[in-house]
Amino acid sequence: MRLMQAALVAFLILGLAACQKKQTRPDEQGPAATAPAGDATTGGVDGTTGQPAADMQTAQQQALAALKTRSVIYFDYDSSEIRSEYLQVVAAHAAYLVKYPNARVRLEGHTDERGSREYNIGLGERRAQAVRRALQLQGATEAQIATVSYGEERPAVAGSGESAYTQNRRVEIVHAP
Amino acid sequence: MTPKPTPRVLDFVRMLPLLLGLVTPAHAQLRLDITKGVSDAVPIAVVPFGGQAEGGSSDVAAVVGSDLERSGRFAPMARTDMVTRPVRGDQIRFEDWRLLKSDFIVVGQVGPGASGLLARFELFNVATGQQLLAKELATTEAGLRATAHAISDLVFERLTGVRGAFATRLAYVAVEGAPPSQHYKLIVSDADGFNPRTVANSPEPLMSPAWSPDGQLLAYVSFEGKASAIYVQQLSSGKRSRVSARAGINGAPAWSPDGHKLALTLSRGGNLDVYVLTLASQTLTRVTSDEAIDTEPEWSRDGGSLYFTSDRAGSAQIYRVSADEGARAERVTFTGGYNARPRLSPDGDELAMVTLDRGSYRIAVMNLKTGALRVLSSSTQDESPSYAPNGVTLIYGTQDGRRGALATVSADGRSQQRLSADSGEVREPAWSPFLSR
Repeated sequence: MRLMQAALVAFLILGLAACQKKQTRPDEQGPAATAPAGDATTGGVDGTTGQPAADMQTAQQQALAALKTRSVIYFDYDSSEIRSEYLQVVAAHAAYLVKYPNARVRLEGHTDERGSREYNIGLGERRAQAVRRALQLQGATEAQIATVSYGEERPAVAGSGESAYTQNRRVEIVHAP
Repeated sequence: MTPKPTPRVLDFVRMLPLLLGLVTPAHAQLRLDITKGVSDAVPIAVVPFGGQAEGGSSDVAAVVGSDLERSGRFAPMARTDMVTRPVRGDQIRFEDWRLLKSDFIVVGQVGPGASGLLARFELFNVATGQQLLAKELATTEAGLRATAHAISDLVFERLTGVRGAFATRLAYVAVEGAPPSQHYKLIVSDADGFNPRTVANSPEPLMSPAWSPDGQLLAYVSFEGKASAIYVQQLSSGKRSRVSARAGINGAPAWSPDGHKLALTLSRGGNLDVYVLTLASQTLTRVTSDEAIDTEPEWSRDGGSLYFTSDRAGSAQIYRVSADEGARAERVTFTGGYNARPRLSPDGDELAMVTLDRGSYRIAVMNLKTGALRVLSSSTQDESPSYAPNGVTLIYGTQDGRRGALATVSADGRSQQRLSADSGEVREPAWSPFLSR
């Protein structure tokens, strides 16, 4: 407990210093980036010196924004195997979760429209679980990941045919705001 | 009426019975098209009833004619071919109707009753002139369609020996808007698609409506809390309760024949298995425990076992298991590479399912004694079969162009109709049980 308090005090002081340094670039190795993320959030909300938390969040938000451009993993027909071209996408999200232990993701599994609806809920779940396992193998914790399967109920695009099907068989990695 | 889930979801859930209690008329009126008729359907004349203007939505004879035609077993005579309009048995000149080649004739009239209206009708055999039925039914102006369906039921039963299922209801899911932002409604209508009423309404998916055996309650899956949960809703009051919102999937509710239990699918540990939930005690019994997807349970008629879909052998097939903990499942379907979503016929002799038939998903019926499978539908994306309570007809989800629509097919496959909405998609039809007369 003493250690944590000391860390918090040190963090707040460093944070004040950061404030006086004008705005640090988000990708700079600022103090906020190395501070424990959980404490930083608390400090930002409760403390009068909200600026360091804001800096940290900016860094995290930037990392998140970069991830969001690659947050959908597509699957082959009747398969829950992550294709090799998506391994890097999974690795990037895993790295983010490892770096920000306070971060949370929701894996939304989907299928194309073919076949029975409740059975497709099962297929969507299997895809979400495959991505969950991959993230955990790379260091994300169970508590960081929630899964949901929508089966064929929430297609990304309308219509029948292979082009719609390939876009609808997917897991969307949704990061908590 | 469509609040988005917020952090105050609990408040919202508590308010829902109030919101849902105000059952709203839905606009998704279904339109009926007969897509496959029967050449040897029995000709019958349903003469416009006395005391009624012809052509309105409460035209009793028109409703009865449409019901009988929809069964695939009768071919009602066109009104333009009728040379006279008898409204009582003693006004019928049978020789005229013999010339018009009608085997049976229904006549009747609507008039003032002791309170409200009284509908009288008679059914005759044209060849012999024998009166087969004569009844009086008390009704109201607003109840005329329901009375017409009751007349259809009586005529159908008198002529076929099978109880009619016209005075029943459908539950189905209607979807409006384009992906990725769609709106979902759970609708209950008459069996002919009339009188649609929205009973639940959500910006998140609604799925898998299931009627309780007494026809008073609907169980269904809702994602309104951003995860699936099973609700049971009383149709008369709109009151509902959330009966399963366990971590992971809560899906595929199916009522036990006695109405005390729900079979359902849960995904504890990320894998789908079939469970039985006793509603009064909230006791949960695990029925399957396989690594595979086990889902879509359906009770046997005696309530002792469950049919379900599983891909434990590599592809989706149907299995049967005793509804006890740890029982061993036996495989039921062996024909084809995909059989899912079992639904038992009311007499328990046949199992309807979705089958992969030469590259298309179609509705098939399997005779449980012989194992013979016959494919009933002919589209490419047919799903969600549901039997009428008399077993004569099945309703299922299909596609009309590229939109979801409903279709019916007689259990012998000989007659088919399509029910499509004016706008949006409709799917997952569930036919109600017989409702009290």
